[in-house]
Amino acid sequence: MSEYVTVKIDGQEIKAKPGEKLLWVALDNDIYIPHLCGIRSEERSNASCRLCFVEIEGIPRPVTSCTKTVEDGMVVITRSERVDRLVKTAFELILSDHNLKCRECPANRNCVLQVIAKKRKIKLRHDRFKPIAREYELDDSPAGFAFDRSRCVLCGQCIWADREEAKVGAIGFTKRGINRVVTTFKDLPLAESICTQCMLCVEACPVGALFYKKKEPHTATADKS
Amino acid sequence: MSSLTPKELYNKLSQEAISHDEAHQEKTRVMVGTATCGVAAGALKIKADFIREVEAKNLQDEVDIVEVGCIGHCYAEPLAIIAKPGHPAICYGHLDDGLVHRLVEDFLAGDDPSYEYAMAALERNDVFPTFEDFPRGVYEQKLILEQCGFIDARDINSYIARDGYSALAMALEEKPGWILDEVKASNLRGRGGAGFPAGRKWEACIRSKGEEIYVICNADEGDPGAFMDRSILESDPHLVIEGMILCAFAVGARKGYLYIRAEYPRAVTHVQEAIDQARVKGLLGESILGTDFSFDLEIFQGSGAFVCGEATALVNSMEGKMGMPESRPPRLAQKGYRGKPTVLNNVKTFAYVPLIIRKGAKWFKEIGTPENPGTAVFSLVGKVVNTGLVEVPMGTTLRQLIYEVGDGLPNGKEFKAVQIGGPSGGCLPETALDVPIDFDSLQDAGAIMGSGGLVVMDEDDCMVSVARYFLEFTQHESCGKCTFCRLGTKHMLDILTGITKGEGDDETLNLLEELAEDVRDGSLCNLGRTAPNPVLTTLKYFRDEYKAHILEGRCPAKVCRDLLLYYIEPPKCSKLCNVCVGSCPTEAIFTRDDGLKEIDQEKCVKCDNCLKACPDEYNAVVKLSPPVLPSEKERKAK
Repeated sequence: MSEYVTVKIDGQEIKAKPGEKLLWVALDNDIYIPHLCGIRSEERSNASCRLCFVEIEGIPRPVTSCTKTVEDGMVVITRSERVDRLVKTAFELILSDHNLKCRECPANRNCVLQVIAKKRKIKLRHDRFKPIAREYELDDSPAGFAFDRSRCVLCGQCIWADREEAKVGAIGFTKRGINRVVTTFKDLPLAESICTQCMLCVEACPVGALFYKKKEPHTATADKS
Repeated sequence: MSSLTPKELYNKLSQEAISHDEAHQEKTRVMVGTATCGVAAGALKIKADFIREVEAKNLQDEVDIVEVGCIGHCYAEPLAIIAKPGHPAICYGHLDDGLVHRLVEDFLAGDDPSYEYAMAALERNDVFPTFEDFPRGVYEQKLILEQCGFIDARDINSYIARDGYSALAMALEEKPGWILDEVKASNLRGRGGAGFPAGRKWEACIRSKGEEIYVICNADEGDPGAFMDRSILESDPHLVIEGMILCAFAVGARKGYLYIRAEYPRAVTHVQEAIDQARVKGLLGESILGTDFSFDLEIFQGSGAFVCGEATALVNSMEGKMGMPESRPPRLAQKGYRGKPTVLNNVKTFAYVPLIIRKGAKWFKEIGTPENPGTAVFSLVGKVVNTGLVEVPMGTTLRQLIYEVGDGLPNGKEFKAVQIGGPSGGCLPETALDVPIDFDSLQDAGAIMGSGGLVVMDEDDCMVSVARYFLEFTQHESCGKCTFCRLGTKHMLDILTGITKGEGDDETLNLLEELAEDVRDGSLCNLGRTAPNPVLTTLKYFRDEYKAHILEGRCPAKVCRDLLLYYIEPPKCSKLCNVCVGSCPTEAIFTRDDGLKEIDQEKCVKCDNCLKACPDEYNAVVKLSPPVLPSEKERKAK
């Protein structure tokens, strides 16, 4: 096998390492593709957020770029009518279940959802889907951070950080379907769980669901020791 | 290693089984259909009745009472087959204790087969018609259901005596590649729903060159109204087991699993017994039939999550993880159970394999159509006279299946739609009835073959409600992993619920359709990708019904409660009869000064009791949709 493969994304010739997933190759080359759940070091992508659709020549339907391994000679476009439609619907579906009080949110101006909205010119507030009404209790039991599930987009980044980086395993997905949540074993408040409060999960959260209580952010490494 | 060849060993088993079977055949056999469908209709009580009556007549030494599976005539349950030497075997349906008493007295003790209660004979004879003489007999062709309901599922001898495991004995004398070649040549397509060629799947698994390979049978049948896999496992478990052993030999697997949902306790019991018996006979376990080929089977009980029928979710659940799908590739053939190459096929797919090996790929290809050889097995349910389990050659049209095999719709009602493939399938209208049943044609029409559920609907079924019902099912069964399925189905359900209440406009329908298309195109697994099918097909074929709901506030089938009211038509009301008043649970019906009955709409909960209670000679209670009472003047004019 040669050392690299050549792919063409949006007309740009790109050399990539064989075996890499298309999403990361594009991002490395400053070609933006929206994404929430992708984790680069994971061999098998979650593929759950359904935002990173692209079109690949020879494949009849848009595919998620996080699941597609680059192949030599692959021709990719990141925008098309079909891609934009799917991304818009997926994004609006996520927003319909997201607390949109941005001004009260600690992640305001530092939120991946805002980035996606800006880059893809999709309004954060839309009227296609009615917001899903539900009530969550704020878990502010840890000393340095809190968890507001009404902002959680179920991307799973915090769970990966907790398990693979911190090696703790305090949180995970539970329940099925529309009731899916990130929570601790037995739904205990974080402070009563095995959580070590290392706050790597807070670093990982792309929205404002897990957030620091104090104004100036901790550095995660300092806390970990 | 044995000095005998597999065929010689098999011949010994076969002779044992045949003599065992013949010893039984000298006696009268009463075979009660006790698959789950029979049990639900009271078959176990019927069996007890037979035992009691036979003992009362002191016939227990001459009569064997055995349990068999389902012969597919579920509409006539509970039923039993009586095989008395000197008479053709005869099937009796709609049994009750009186009829059992009569049969024992007249037929078992006496010699009168009581033809007036017989449904059909099982073999050709001069006195009574057989099932093949039924109108459906012309269209039915039983391959994998052939022995269902006729053999004792709990006795391996019953299976071996009818050539069971002979395909295995044959194959073990050949090279494993021979089985693969036959299966590939037969063009057997997977019966799980998508119709992927089984041979190609097996070949991909062999190419992965894993040291460990697994064979898994997907018996996580979860569609509402579908029960084919259950019936086969309960009625003829060895057929599936033999198919799995053959597959294991072909791909080089040493271990296999049957993933059966825990809600099928009888299937689990029967399969476990079958596995145990096959082990004792040397057909399963170490060195099968004296060869150096070893393969063992185990049952894994699923907990009834619909999504676990999806291949990757099924494997996850077997590994102890949450039953959630993964993105593919890698496919199971490359990386399946425990990361090893895995063959996963449906119950029916495995059931065809022994027949293909025994009779040859050429024989199989002559049945059905060239692209879709073999038969299709359906559970035919809903508004159809003869509900039950049917097996017809691929290419039979829906019209033949519903009107000839199913004998049409009951009560002279008009056909409206047929729902094929369960919650992942679609609703097809009258105009699509001439579509031939095969994987490709059904998909082109917007439905899918699915696992084979087929629900017939008549004029009293509201297509919006039907779409809503199926979507409620998939939304409930969504695992919640991916955005489209978790949130998309929820919003679709909310929109549909609104429509059943008359909420929305043309824009609502467009939004529903767009969202349904996006969920279809964007979901991670096939549960999400197919969930919109009932909505998309009803929107395509029955858009007018949707429009009637939102634009006129009218439910044409008078099903959606928010869009109808109950009304007693004064000219029809008898005045003297008080049945409706008594039937009303909320005391909403009162007697007016003029003696007529009237419904207080404020109190009415639309329970339908009064409509059912009103005697046929009056039929004064009607449903009105849209829910507008006739004006006082109109009422008087009537």
